[in-house]
Amino acid sequence: MRVSKWVALITVILFSMSIIAGCGGGSGGTTPAGGEEIRIGLIAPLTGDVKTFGESVKNAFEMAMEEVDYKVGDFTIKVFIEDDRNMATEAVNVADKLITQNKVSAIVGSVTSSSTIPISEVAQANSVVLITPTATNPKVTVDAARKDFVFRACFIDPFQGTVAARFALTELNAKTAAVLYDQGNDYTIGLKDFFKESFVAGGGQMLAEEAYTKNDTDFSAVLTRIAQQKPDVLFLPDYYQKASLIGKQARDKGITATFVGGDGWDSPELDFVAMDGGYHTNHYSADDPRPEVQEWVAKYTAKHGQTPDALGTLAYDATKLLLKAIEDAGSTDPAAIRDAMKALNGFGVVSGSITFDENGNPIKSAAILQIKDGTQKFITIVNP
Amino acid sequence: MDYFMEQVINGLQLGLVYALIALGYTMVYGIVKLINFAHGDVFMVGAFIGYFGFSSWGLPWPLAILVSALCCACLGMLIERIAYRPLRYATRIVALISAIGVSFFLEYFCSLKFMFGPNYRVVQRPFDEVYWSIGGVTISNIQVLIFCTAVCMLVGLQYLVMRTKMGAAMRTVSFDHDTARLMGVNVDRTISFTFGIGAALAAVGGVLYAIAYPQIWTFMGIMPGLKAFTAAVLGGIGLIPGAMLGALIMGQAEVMTAAFISSQLRDAIAFSILILVLLVRPCGILGKTQPEKV
Repeated sequence: MRVSKWVALITVILFSMSIIAGCGGGSGGTTPAGGEEIRIGLIAPLTGDVKTFGESVKNAFEMAMEEVDYKVGDFTIKVFIEDDRNMATEAVNVADKLITQNKVSAIVGSVTSSSTIPISEVAQANSVVLITPTATNPKVTVDAARKDFVFRACFIDPFQGTVAARFALTELNAKTAAVLYDQGNDYTIGLKDFFKESFVAGGGQMLAEEAYTKNDTDFSAVLTRIAQQKPDVLFLPDYYQKASLIGKQARDKGITATFVGGDGWDSPELDFVAMDGGYHTNHYSADDPRPEVQEWVAKYTAKHGQTPDALGTLAYDATKLLLKAIEDAGSTDPAAIRDAMKALNGFGVVSGSITFDENGNPIKSAAILQIKDGTQKFITIVNP
Repeated sequence: MDYFMEQVINGLQLGLVYALIALGYTMVYGIVKLINFAHGDVFMVGAFIGYFGFSSWGLPWPLAILVSALCCACLGMLIERIAYRPLRYATRIVALISAIGVSFFLEYFCSLKFMFGPNYRVVQRPFDEVYWSIGGVTISNIQVLIFCTAVCMLVGLQYLVMRTKMGAAMRTVSFDHDTARLMGVNVDRTISFTFGIGAALAAVGGVLYAIAYPQIWTFMGIMPGLKAFTAAVLGGIGLIPGAMLGALIMGQAEVMTAAFISSQLRDAIAFSILILVLLVRPCGILGKTQPEKV
């Protein structure tokens, strides 16, 4: 009786020890002998309303990692990928998890401004480097004060909105415009404000500024009103799902205005029929003849069977930038990586050569694409 | 004036869509005094089944609506059997929490990869839109379809509840379960039937909604569900004509606010109307204050 009790106790102890050991091994077990490890997280919306963004970003992130064989300098890279579903709360949860549980030194992500603004606060507070491929709202890197651990690989909305407005005024000869925007989304609000500012400054007239919320599906009332006002341009600065839904209903209501949008339209799931003839600003065009771009397009197409969108391209660039900074820093210390990132000067990536300004934003040009016959047609490049 | 009429039609369309959902809410409440929060999610399941019906399975769309209604009727009865029947004699708050649980379960379970998946889907309408211009006002065939369906459902339900044997059983059960049982009414079967009908109505509403606003996802039922519930309360919950009236008011309030005041205030004003009406008539517009049964 006594013996069997002891046996049981020892079994339990051994068992629980093996579980603890197993846990330890699970998170750090792949470290090869002799090499130190650096942990990098990726946060992207892999499911939900903008899932094609997340898929591209994940593909490109993994391609960048595979190219260096998960090694940078003397370090082996360990990657943690999390899904934020394009929800701010979920993004904060996974950022907390990456930082406290997986102990990452740097995070690539997230994709949309509304998810990235909250996690930029988390990264800054925990002194972890964050580089977002495509969150364009200014508040990502500067909000009250500069968040010095946060960088991005894309241009920002004041520039994007200005480019769209100028294009509408000069190329489309628009005199009047209307805009529909999501009043709970920093990205669409920012674009709307900057578009309006430049459009009015350039002599255009804003006929309507209508708000909706993320869950709205019925836009008939405001679209009927806009149909009466007959604007030359209807600016739809939302992501592809919502822009498609509004675009379709606008055509149903007999609105003939040219649709104009931002980089949120860049998805194979955009409604190419309803949005036909519309223009949007973007970070790059796959038709750009520069050799870096063509090489990247060929590489991505060979692996994934479709041309990379801007989100994938910028995720690749962001990952490359981060890897370069880690290599320069030669350290897993986020502060050292941050300083190396700041010191980057004219580092060449697919979408251009990157030097960060004092707010962690690169200075870059924008492309304008047209939705035509089921594809995106390259129209022009606009420099800052 | 044409502009005003056009907005009235927009409001009518939105209101009738709410009415399709509100009818199910109000019927279930009328019989079992339970606010079935899962109703909005049954609406979502209905939209998905209808969408699969006419896009993937190649059914003609009226048949797809029927299949969706049948599947959701079964789902409604299943939900009642599993989540509500065991709690029939528990306090009301327990059943309410169970309903919220079912709602979350449906939303997140349907978001799983092997179910409908968490992504938005664009619905290709199963028929072409046709527009008629009547005296400067444009009406689409979708609006006509929604209007006819809602009216048929309203009349059908009134008939079912007021004129048939099952309807008599439903009304009896709504007064008192035990007495109804003594009178020879099969209470369980009647309640189960009520849930089935309510869910089938939600499914029809869901498919029409997916056709009218062609984008669906697994959380699409929350907002329309909430608004339809508000509409049912506004009109007097438990009353079938009340649900219809409330939904029409909600639809017009939202559209008129967006059209003539400000699109930012549309929900704020719609819900303010609810509060104001309830302050004046706590039982809703058509509701009658009943003396407390002791």
